[in-house]
Parts: sequence; C-alpha cells; structure tokens
Amino acid sequence: MKFVITAKGNSWESPVDERFGRAQYFFIFDEAQDTVEVVNNSDINSVEHGAGPKTAGAIAGLAADVLITGNGPGKNAASVLQKTGIKIYTGAGSMSVREAYTAFKSGLLGQL
Amino acid sequence: MKVAVASGKGGTGKTTLSVNLASYIAEKEPVVLVDLDVEEPDSALFIKPDHSSMLPIYKDIPVWDAETCQLCGKCQQVCAFNAILKLGREILVIPQLCHACYACTGLCPTGALTMQPVQMGELSHSTHKNLSYVESRLLLGEEQAVPLIKQTIFFVSHTFSKGELILFDSPPGTSCPVIEVMLNSDLIILVTEPTPFGLHDISLAVETAKSLDKCVAVVINRAGIGDNAVHDFCKANDLPLIAQIPHQREIAELCSNGELVYQKFPEVQRELDKIASYIAEFQGK
Amino acid sequence: MKEIVVISGKGGTGKTSITASFAMLAGPEIVTADCDVDAADLHLLLKPDFRIEHDFYGGFAASIDKSLCIGCGICASVCHFDAIVENDSIYSVLPIHCEGCGYCTEVCPSLAIQMHDRFTGKWYDSTIKTQGRMIHAKLGIGADNSGKLVAKVKKEARLIAERLGAEIILIDGAPGIGCPVISSLSGAALTVLVTEATMAGFHDLKRVYELVKKFNIPAGCIINKVDLNREIAEDIRDFLKSEGIPVLVEIPYDEIFYQAMTAGKTIIEFSHNAIAEKMQKAWSETLALIG
Repeated sequence: MKFVITAKGNSWESPVDERFGRAQYFFIFDEAQDTVEVVNNSDINSVEHGAGPKTAGAIAGLAADVLITGNGPGKNAASVLQKTGIKIYTGAGSMSVREAYTAFKSGLLGQL
Repeated sequence: MKVAVASGKGGTGKTTLSVNLASYIAEKEPVVLVDLDVEEPDSALFIKPDHSSMLPIYKDIPVWDAETCQLCGKCQQVCAFNAILKLGREILVIPQLCHACYACTGLCPTGALTMQPVQMGELSHSTHKNLSYVESRLLLGEEQAVPLIKQTIFFVSHTFSKGELILFDSPPGTSCPVIEVMLNSDLIILVTEPTPFGLHDISLAVETAKSLDKCVAVVINRAGIGDNAVHDFCKANDLPLIAQIPHQREIAELCSNGELVYQKFPEVQRELDKIASYIAEFQGK
Repeated sequence: MKEIVVISGKGGTGKTSITASFAMLAGPEIVTADCDVDAADLHLLLKPDFRIEHDFYGGFAASIDKSLCIGCGICASVCHFDAIVENDSIYSVLPIHCEGCGYCTEVCPSLAIQMHDRFTGKWYDSTIKTQGRMIHAKLGIGADNSGKLVAKVKKEARLIAERLGAEIILIDGAPGIGCPVISSLSGAALTVLVTEATMAGFHDLKRVYELVKKFNIPAGCIINKVDLNREIAEDIRDFLKSEGIPVLVEIPYDEIFYQAMTAGKTIIEFSHNAIAEKMQKAWSETLALIG
C-alpha cells in the first residue's frame, strides 16, 4: 500500500501535521517498493482561499491508497479527496510519522 | 433612505438597537428592518415574524460538460480561488469557493464550462402593520456572505421603493460583508459601549466608514459603565453622538428573552426618539 | 505542546476577558495568540509591547499600468465586480471592489494589467505584562478575513512556543463559523466554549459546537452571565449534558468585567473577588481536561 502522511518535517521522526489543508509536508511511504518520498507543501502558506482543496488536488496526483492526518480535511477538501477513493485516517495529530504508521497498522486510527 | 446600524465588534447591542428602533419608528410610519448578518441573523428572535414568505437566493457556479472538455486544465490555471480542480480526466468544481468571476467559463476554449444558478441562501420577508422585516440566511456550508448581502439589498431596494425608511442590521466586524452594507447606505449609525474595547472597535469602524466617504453618527449603548473615552473620541473627531442608551441589568434580562425594551423603559424610548429625529433631519438635508 | 482555543460564536459573551484572565493565571511559561484578527481586543488587557511588527499580504488585487493601457475596455467588460472604471479612455482598478480573480489580466491585449499581493494587515510578536510572549495581528480595513492571517498568527505562536519550550499556547479564537474560526480551531487539544444565558448566546453556542464536533476537538464550557435568565441557563446545562461537554465554571453577571476592562486590567489583577476565583477554577478545570 502507498501511504501519505501530513507532516511537519521530512523524516520518520517528524511530528504529524494535524492540519490537512495547510500541512507543510507530505511524507509518502510506498510499502511495496519500501521507498520514502517527501513533498514540500509549504507554498500553501501563501494561498488565501481554498487551501484545503488545493492540497487535496496535490494529494490526488500521488495515487496513494491511504491518507493519515490529524484533525482531518475540511468539507471542501474532503469532497475532492472522495473522488480519488483514497482512504482517510485521522487522530494521528500528536504522533510522529513513524508512530502514526504503526498506529494505523495496529488499527488504532479512526477512518473517515 | 437607507441607514446601516453597525459596530466594530459583536456584542455591543447592534441588533438590540436595530429591533427596538425599527419597532418604535413603526408605531408612526412604515419601516423596513433588514437583518444582513447572513451567517446568523438573530433579529427574528425579537421581531417574531409570522407568515413569512421565503425566496431562495442563488449564485452562479460553473458546471462542467465532460463531452466538450479537452482537459487542457486552463480553468484550474485561471481560478484564483482553487474552486476548480483537474483530477485526472475529471474537472471538479467546489461551489463554496467559487467567487463567480466567470474567468473559467469565459476562458474555456471549448465552452465546456457554463455558469448555472445554485441555491446558496434563503431570504424571508414579512410585514406586520408598519413594520416589514427582511432576513437572509446562508445555507449551511455556504461560506460567502457578500453575494447574499448584495442580492438582499437589491431585493429590498426594488420591493420597498415608496420612500420607506430602511434599516440595515449589519454583520459585526470591518471586513468585506460590512463594507458591502456600508457602501449601500446613506447614513451609518455606529453602536458602541463606553469601554476600552468599545473605543478601540469604534475607531476601526469609523475608519472603515470614512474610507468609503460615508456619514457617521454614534450611539453609546450601556452608557454609565466604563469611562468617557468614547465621548472624548467623538468630540475629537467631530462625530455626532446622537443617543446614549443607559445600562441596566433589567434591560439585559429582557433582551436575554428576546423581548423589546423601550415599552418598559421610557428612558430608552427617549433615546430612540433622539435617533429617529436625527434620521429624519438627516433625510431632510 | 498543546493548544487551548477559547471561542464563543457570538460577540460580547466575555471570551476575551476570560482568555486574558487565563493568560494572567498561566504566567510567562505559556504563549498567547490573538486569532480574533477582525477587531482584535486582547491586547487592551494584556498590554503587549508590539516589539516586532511584520506586514502581512493576503490575496491579490489587479492594477493597470496607465502607460500600457490602450483604452479598449475589454477588462471592464469581463469584470463582474464593477472594479474597473474608465476616465478619459484610460482604465483603472478600484481596489475596494477588486475581488482578485485575475480575469482582466488574462484578457488584456497589451498586457497592461498585473496582479499584486494585497496588503491585508500586520502581525506582531510581543511580550505581555506577565513577561510571556504574545502573537497578535491587526486586519486592515475592508480586508478579506480568510483563515490565512489566523493561520499565520498560529504558526508564529507555535514557532515561539517550540523555541521557548512552552507547553501551552492559549488562543483567543475568531467569532462566527467560517474560515477564521476553523483556522483558529485547527490543531486544538481543547476548546473552551464561552456562552451566556441569553437566547442569542445559546443559539450561537449550538452553531459553533457543530463545528467543534465535526473536527473532533474536546470541549469544555463556561456559562457567563448565568443568572441573567434561569430558564435559558437550565436549557444550556441540558444541552451540554446531552453532548457530554463538562461545565468548567458558571459565572454570574457582574459589572467587574467592565470595571476591570476600563482600568486596562484583567479580572485577576483588578482585585481579589469572587469572579477572579471563578476564573481560577475555570483555568484549573481547563488544565485538568488537557491532562
């Protein structure tokens, strides 16, 4: 499975970014390939309106299976994500990226 | 004649003043009270209208025709509000973010996007004797107040054109929605309380009104609490201080229940009378 | 590091006075953020020194270069906001009406129109009377209050809290139910809902709680002016109970809110009084809730 985790940094130990729309980084882990890629989303800081949907559009382009985040996307972003079929898990807001991944595997995160 | 009742911040008594002033003036002549706090209008708690007529209010949003689209992505590129996204072979519109600028429909090379109306709010209006009440409310999930405010003002101008006094209960703050109301008013009555918060916020509200070249008059609510800083401010800036509504716990209690105040408090009625006279005089000029 | 966001939906419930009292009680170890950027008032009680000031830009506005304008008027014909006017065959933009959509820039045949960052306001990094730090902002007149300036204030508050090792960020949240308050709430560990025993207060409490619920943020409630209306106070208690929201404290209607504010003080500094004790209780209960 391919995972996208909203993050505040670019490593496994970075804290999860509990925000979706204005998340600073996307930490992308491809289980099958065992590769990690980090995409910097901080350009979103200059966006006035529609940060959520814009980020959702960017995530859509990654073709990931699972999104892990903190509070969850707002409704506008959620409507975009729904189109992609990506599964959204929330509740990882106070974890590190690694902890969030483990929590997901242990079935501890809630699915939207 | 259109009079806006506004304040810098919420909680100063703007709605209390609007509903009481409208009801008082309506004892003698026709008045239209318009609640433009479209995110959450609450004048109805006091006016208690019955037999309201409802009107759906629409805004235009782009609708996508997959057949004619060539997936060039120009729409996403020109949209400044991230309201249109190209996801693979699909164009997705997010209606809440659309500002109806028509850039996407105007610039689409194949005409695959057309603007079509979608409901974003509801206007209700009723008349009881001399008092007509109009209120608009955004549908849940809608985010933009300005288009609804604009259309409500348009409705009011066309429905009530016999020279009735029109009172706008404005939204709080000094950002876009308030600007829209002020732009469409002849006179702006600013309500504040005589405290440091009240002073700070009225100075912002005055700056806003003046930047639009509008005439301003000030009403102090809860007179007696706080200090004289607001009085001094009005004097220093040549702002007419036209009434001072006294502070009394009993008044707050009546308001807490959605009741009008002036019938039980002659001192409040006297102040409302001063405001009504000021408006009449202003209109005469 | 945990964020506590104080919100109220409706204005005038005492939210800012309560937030200021909390800041006093918490002392210099926390960072405070004023996210109520459209008519911000927290600074009137906490007396920040406005030490560092930054300009903030949000959104765009169009402007037409007169020297390149050929007077064709295509820009004005596509503008849906009546923001382009003509004078002597030269066209110019009225910034107050300009929505920043950029349609005009796309159609101008002589490339005379540019979009510029719009100055929306200022944000400040200050030290307040507790010697703690505060991030606050002032939105410009007629500016578009999107969540962006709020997001900026929160971001800066977090950066400072990280540097200083502060465990708590206390936030005075924006009113309403739109983007500014959503931005205020995002990432919150707890929200303190301030309401008052009036019809309008209860009405707006329910509305704003819908938002809080959707983002799954734990909440506690302070019922202010609780003795103004017994029936409504009881209705509020019932509502809170049905939603599982603990009451942090109930505060009776008291003039001290105005007296303290007029003296430029928080209720805590004003004098030893029953209301200050209520604030103390509310703050301890709040801390207990975030654990």
